[in-house]
Amino acid sequence: MRPTIYVVGFLGLIGLGSWAYRENYATQDALRQVSDLQDEIALLRESLAVQRAEWAYLNRPDRLRELVTLNFDRLGLFPMEPTQFGAASDIAYPAPDALLGPPDTTFEQGQSTPDLTAPNAPEGQP
Amino acid sequence: MTRIPLRPLARILQARASGANPDRIEQENLALRHHTMREAQRNQSQMRIFLLAAAFFSAYALIALQMGKLAATEPAEPRLAQIGPSINASRADILDRNGNVLATNLSTYALYVQTRDLVDPPNVAKKLAALFPELDEAALLRRMTDGRSFLWVRRTLSPEQKQAVHEIGDPGLLFGAREMRLYPNGQLAAHVLGGASFGHEGVDSAEVIGVAGVEKAMDARLRDPAQAGKPLVLSLDLTVQTTVEEVLQTGISMLSAKGGAAILMEVATGEIVAMAAGPTFDPNDRPANPTSGNPDDSPLFNRAVQGVYELGSTFKIFAAAQAMDLGLLNPESMVDANAPMIWGKHTIQEFEGKNYGPLLSVSDVIAKSSNVGTAHIALMIGAERQQAFLKALGLFDPSPVELIEAPSARPLRPDRWPEIMTITASYGHGISGSPMNLAAAYATLANGGRLVKPTILHRDAPYIGPQVLSEAAADASMTMLRRVVTEGTASLGEVAGYEVGGKTGTADKVKKGGGYYEDKVINTFAAVFPISDPKYVLIVTLDEPVETSGAKVKRTAGWTAVPVAAEIIRRTAPLLGLRPLVEPAEENAILPVNN
Repeated sequence: MRPTIYVVGFLGLIGLGSWAYRENYATQDALRQVSDLQDEIALLRESLAVQRAEWAYLNRPDRLRELVTLNFDRLGLFPMEPTQFGAASDIAYPAPDALLGPPDTTFEQGQSTPDLTAPNAPEGQP
Repeated sequence: MTRIPLRPLARILQARASGANPDRIEQENLALRHHTMREAQRNQSQMRIFLLAAAFFSAYALIALQMGKLAATEPAEPRLAQIGPSINASRADILDRNGNVLATNLSTYALYVQTRDLVDPPNVAKKLAALFPELDEAALLRRMTDGRSFLWVRRTLSPEQKQAVHEIGDPGLLFGAREMRLYPNGQLAAHVLGGASFGHEGVDSAEVIGVAGVEKAMDARLRDPAQAGKPLVLSLDLTVQTTVEEVLQTGISMLSAKGGAAILMEVATGEIVAMAAGPTFDPNDRPANPTSGNPDDSPLFNRAVQGVYELGSTFKIFAAAQAMDLGLLNPESMVDANAPMIWGKHTIQEFEGKNYGPLLSVSDVIAKSSNVGTAHIALMIGAERQQAFLKALGLFDPSPVELIEAPSARPLRPDRWPEIMTITASYGHGISGSPMNLAAAYATLANGGRLVKPTILHRDAPYIGPQVLSEAAADASMTMLRRVVTEGTASLGEVAGYEVGGKTGTADKVKKGGGYYEDKVINTFAAVFPISDPKYVLIVTLDEPVETSGAKVKRTAGWTAVPVAAEIIRRTAPLLGLRPLVEPAEENAILPVNN
C-alpha cells in the first residue's frame, strides 16, 4: 500500500511541476503579447491622430474654397444664400413609373398597392 | 491498554510461598505505573513545544523569505495593470461645436547635438544651415565647438526634415520625441485659440503649454491627464467662423480700416458662434510679442475682447430700455430733443449740427440717434440708477468669457459720475468697453431682459441669468432697434427676410494725451436678428474705416460697419439654419369702414 502511495504521489508531483512550468511560460507569453499589442495600439493611436490632423488639414475651409473655385464648372457651388430655402410643398411628387404606375400618395391602409392598370393616372395633388 | 494489577494474585501467592514480602511487588508495580504515566506526559509536552516552535519558525521564515524577495528582486510595474483605453496622456484636442478639429497634437522630433560625438562639426554646420534657412552656419559652428557638450538645434522637425538630417549621417545629431500643437485651419479663429509653446524641455519629452486665448485660459483642463481623451468643445462653428472672418477681412480692406472685430453670439445661451478680429495671425507660427510701437496694432491684439473702445451711440438703447423699464416713458412718449443743448459749460450737439427737435418720440430718438434726446432721457433716470443698470448689464466689469485676454480688458469709466457724465455715458462717450461687453449687453436685451453670460465653450445646459429688466421693456427696445434699420441710421443693414434690428455707434478715437481725433473714428454696429424672435446678436467694430466711394468721405457707422454686418448676416444666417421670414404687411394701409 505505502509504495503505491509514494509512486502515485511522486508522479502527481512531476505532473503538477510540469503543469506549473507550462503555465508559467504561457503567462509570460501572454504578457509579452499584451505588451506587443499595447505598443501596436499606441502606434495605431498615433497614426490615427496624424490622420485626424491630416483630415482636418485637408478639409480646412481655405483649401475647400479654393477647390470649389477651381472646380466651379463641374460643381457649380455658390455660397449659401437666404433664397435657397424651399418649402416642402415646392418639392415635386415623384414622376409615375412606366412599370409601377403612379406612386402611392394615399397612405391609407388597404390601398397601399399601386394601381398597375392605370399607368397614366393623374398625379397626386401638390 | 491493559492495566497491570498492582497485586497480581499469582505473584503474591508465589511470594507468600517463598516467604518474601508481597508489599514489595505492589510497590514495584506502582513505580512501574508511575513511570509510564510520566513518559506519556513528557511526550505530550514535547509535542506541544515542537508544534509551537514549528509555528514560530514558519512565521519567521515567511517574513524572512518575503524580505529576501523584496531585497533581491528588481522593481517592476505589474504588467497587466496598465491595460486601459487611455494611454495617450497628451494635451486634449480642441473641437468646434460640430466636432471639427480646431487644435490637435502631432508627434514630431526635436533636433539636438551631443558635441562630443560629432565627427565633423564644420560639415554638419554647413549642411544644417543649408537645410534650415533660419540657422546661421558660423554661429552654429561656434556653438558646436565652444566646449559645451549639448545644444538644441530645432524644436520641431517634419518627417522629411528628419530624414534629411539622418542623411547628414553624423552620430552627434540626435532626436528627441516631441508632441507639438497643430492648428490645421491655419489663421482661422486665431484669436480664440491663441497658440501653444513648449514649457519645460527635456531630451525625451517637453510639456506643451498654452500661451494665449483659450489654450491658456483652459490650460489646466487641457493638460489634465484624467480628461486627456476628452476633447474641449468650443461654441464656435467652423463654417460660420470662416464666413465671418472672410467678410470682415474684405470689409477691413475695402474700407481701409486699421482693424476690426466681429462677434456673433447666440442669444439664449450666450455661446459665441463666431469671433473674428483683424488683422490676424497664424497660431502655428505665432509672432513674437511686439516690443516697439503701439501694442494695439499688433496682429496678436484681439480687438473683440481686448479692444476697449468708446462704443458711442450703441449705448443709447440702454437709456431708452431703462426708462421704459422704470415706467418713466413709453416708446411714443415725447422727449425734449432741441439741439444744441446747453448744460453748464458744455454744449451737446447732434451729428453735423442737426436739430431733430423740439420734441421727438423715444422711438425716434433711437432711430435718428439723437444725442440731446438721449441726454434728456438719462437725466430723467438719474446717475445712480443709470450706473446700477449699466453695471447689471456687465458693462463695468471685464467680460467673463474664457479667454486669457478677457480679465485684463477692464472697461474704462471715471471714478466720479457728475451729471454731465450721466449725459455723455447715455450716448456712449466718456465710458469704454470691449465689443464683447457690448455683445453680452445686447444679448441680455434680446433675451427678454434675462442676463446673458458670454462663453466660448459649448455647454449642455444654458446659464439662466437673473432678470435685469422687464420683458416688456426688452421687447419694446427690440422694436425700436428694428426701426433703426427700417427708417433710421442703419438702413443699409436690412437683409431681406431676417428682420435685422440694431444700433449704430460712431465714436471719435481718444487721443493718448487726452481729447479726441477729428478724423479717426471707431464704428460699431450692434445687430440683433430676427427681431420678432431674437436668436443671434452680431457686433461689428471697425477701427478707422473710411468710405470713399461717394463724393463726400463718410466715416459714420451707417456707411461702414452696417454694410459689413449686413453681409455677415446675409451669409451666415442660412448657415445657422435660419429660414428667412416673410414680414407681415403694414396693417394700417386699409381700414374697415362702416357706413
